[in-house]
Amino acid sequence: MSRDSDLSLDALALRRRRLLQGAAALPVMGLSGLSFGQSQFPTAKVNTTKLAVTDTEVTVGQLHSSSGTMAISETGSIQAEQLAIDQINAMGGILGRKIKVIKEDGASDWPTFAEKSKKLLVNDHCAAVFGCWTSASRKAVLPVFEKENGLLYYPTFYEGLEQSKNVIYTGQEATQQIIWGLDWGAKEKKAKTFFLVGSDYIWPRTSMKIARKHIENFQKGSVKGEEYYPLGHTNFNSLINKIKVAKPDCIFAAVVGGSNVAFYKQLKAAGITGDKQFLLTLAVTEDEMTGVGGENFAGFYSSMKYFQSLDNPNNKKFVEAFKGKYGKDAVIGDVTQAGYLGPWLWKAAVEKAGSFDVDKVVAGSPGIELKTAPEGYVKLDANHHLWSKARIGQGQLDGTFKVVAESSELIKPDPFPKGYQ
Amino acid sequence: MTLSDMMNIGLMQGFAGLSLFAVLLLMGLGLAIIFGQMGVINMAHGEFMTIGAYSIYLAARVTESLAPAFMPYYFPIAIGLAFVFAFIVGWIVEWVLIRHLYKRPLDTLLATWGVSLGLQQLFRTFIGPKEVSPTLPEWLMGSWTPHEGLDIPINGLFVLALTALVTGGVLVALHKSRWGLRVRATVANRTMANATGIDTTKTDRLTFAIGCGIAGMAGAAFTTIGSTGPTSGSLYIVDAFLVVTFGGAASLLGTVVSAFGIAQTQSISEFFMTGSMAKVLTLSLIVLILMMRPQGLFAVKVRR
Repeated sequence: MSRDSDLSLDALALRRRRLLQGAAALPVMGLSGLSFGQSQFPTAKVNTTKLAVTDTEVTVGQLHSSSGTMAISETGSIQAEQLAIDQINAMGGILGRKIKVIKEDGASDWPTFAEKSKKLLVNDHCAAVFGCWTSASRKAVLPVFEKENGLLYYPTFYEGLEQSKNVIYTGQEATQQIIWGLDWGAKEKKAKTFFLVGSDYIWPRTSMKIARKHIENFQKGSVKGEEYYPLGHTNFNSLINKIKVAKPDCIFAAVVGGSNVAFYKQLKAAGITGDKQFLLTLAVTEDEMTGVGGENFAGFYSSMKYFQSLDNPNNKKFVEAFKGKYGKDAVIGDVTQAGYLGPWLWKAAVEKAGSFDVDKVVAGSPGIELKTAPEGYVKLDANHHLWSKARIGQGQLDGTFKVVAESSELIKPDPFPKGYQ
Repeated sequence: MTLSDMMNIGLMQGFAGLSLFAVLLLMGLGLAIIFGQMGVINMAHGEFMTIGAYSIYLAARVTESLAPAFMPYYFPIAIGLAFVFAFIVGWIVEWVLIRHLYKRPLDTLLATWGVSLGLQQLFRTFIGPKEVSPTLPEWLMGSWTPHEGLDIPINGLFVLALTALVTGGVLVALHKSRWGLRVRATVANRTMANATGIDTTKTDRLTFAIGCGIAGMAGAAFTTIGSTGPTSGSLYIVDAFLVVTFGGAASLLGTVVSAFGIAQTQSISEFFMTGSMAKVLTLSLIVLILMMRPQGLFAVKVRR
């Protein structure tokens, strides 16, 4: 994301808004126009709810697992959110205030997430929190955010069936990932029969429930098997034999984390490869690929809204900035990109509202658009989810994804799809 | 499904059970030596496996960048390296920490747990928090297809062969070598062994280091199946302890039998029910049997 284009974009948007509001003419803004600061936005006005906002600083929280089993996945989100915050600060911050981050470690433990979220909201008075990854951690902090009226930007694709005034979901929900992916498989790969397999916790189970309804009720296909394995499971030989017996057109997978590596290595060793069998997964991004290895995943497909190889100017700048900060070997997965959107969406909403107050930011959020998102244009729906495109990437030998399909339009988010509950 | 299809699936399923048996046995072996022979509860066993797995990863990286032509052959040598690295770290840990705790076996649990947390942090700091997986030689990844529809994974065969080699080696060493004689004497009666001129300090250190080295080899073999991250050790260790406890702590034969029993129960039941239910069934059976035989399948009378 370039400084200049964003500068002018935001400056323009703000000027237009001030004019619309009939406010007193702004001082000549010019190119240094982002140093609004106190004179235009006195602290007493932008913060009426005792948030941690001073004349020069606004405090936000970052709540992810930097230890424990989820650290592997959440590290990318932590890095991307930090990158966005650094870039916003370099542009002069929000309403003239630099963003200060308080990092908390949820340690892959859901009660710890709840406790730390309470600390961030009650003790630190954070104006916004960027965080959580698994559905389990989100469900753990949700009551805290609702009770303390905090604001959470949640970056992971997830099962849907949830909507809260206090959460902005920047990942995709089921209709944008599962249903679109299955429809693509049925249309392009002529898949009629499916074998569902996932890790054993809330996200894969709910995702597969939605997938089964879609396959049976809407596609008139059939499900030949549905299996779950404990998190961290590494022995899939029996499962592979079952798949060989069932002979499905499509293996539809939501195996997560390290289990993926064992799963794909064993599939390959058992003679199931991309050229023989169609496999579509919801849980392999560039991050997992570093462990799985291109040679084990080549030819299989992944349903995501973002791939690092997306060819557009926004993404080029994003990848460059990310690698510049975190090293040339750093990879960017779907959730990492969704994490990057959080601070930018918050910035846009705060500036639209002219206030850090959670209620005003929430009221100003619907309709916010980001033209500079790495995934392309996105906008925020009234239901707090993003309109975004759905894409299918095919794994390559070198561990990258080639985008082979993309929805023609942005897909409207629908966290409560009819007929799937 | 035709009869030959059913035969194929039956054979492949049988092999799945065998390869799970090999993995479990390899995991438990190092632990069984240290726990069974020395009475040390080594909570860092998983991390020694991780050291082995990272050795393979590093060896693969180095080979890839320095001598790509050597890639098809590096793996066996890397397994040797995995043993050596884990052996050295084990030697140091015993010398710095464990030897002061032989009179307080329960404290070894805490101390090695501390070692395990420390090692995890070292992995995270120096190698990185992401899971890695080495590039394996092509010949190891495919499957052996004696006839159409029957795929026997080569990595499974490899782990099976390695397990046979290591287990055989340990059994022979324990019962035929001078080291084995000293170990058995020390286990039977430490004071008396000392009195007969056996250097029990040295024997303990060597035994601990060998146990760790075998854990390293197990971790190395594991890279053909799964990935490696800083916390992988905590995943391995549950299974390793399960095998050793179920088999009976001091008995290597018990370890072999228990690994076989657990693997077959898990593998067979997995085919007829879902994966999670199979795990529940296996664990319940283990609990039931342990309730009837608290000392495990094979108990060895040990005089301390």
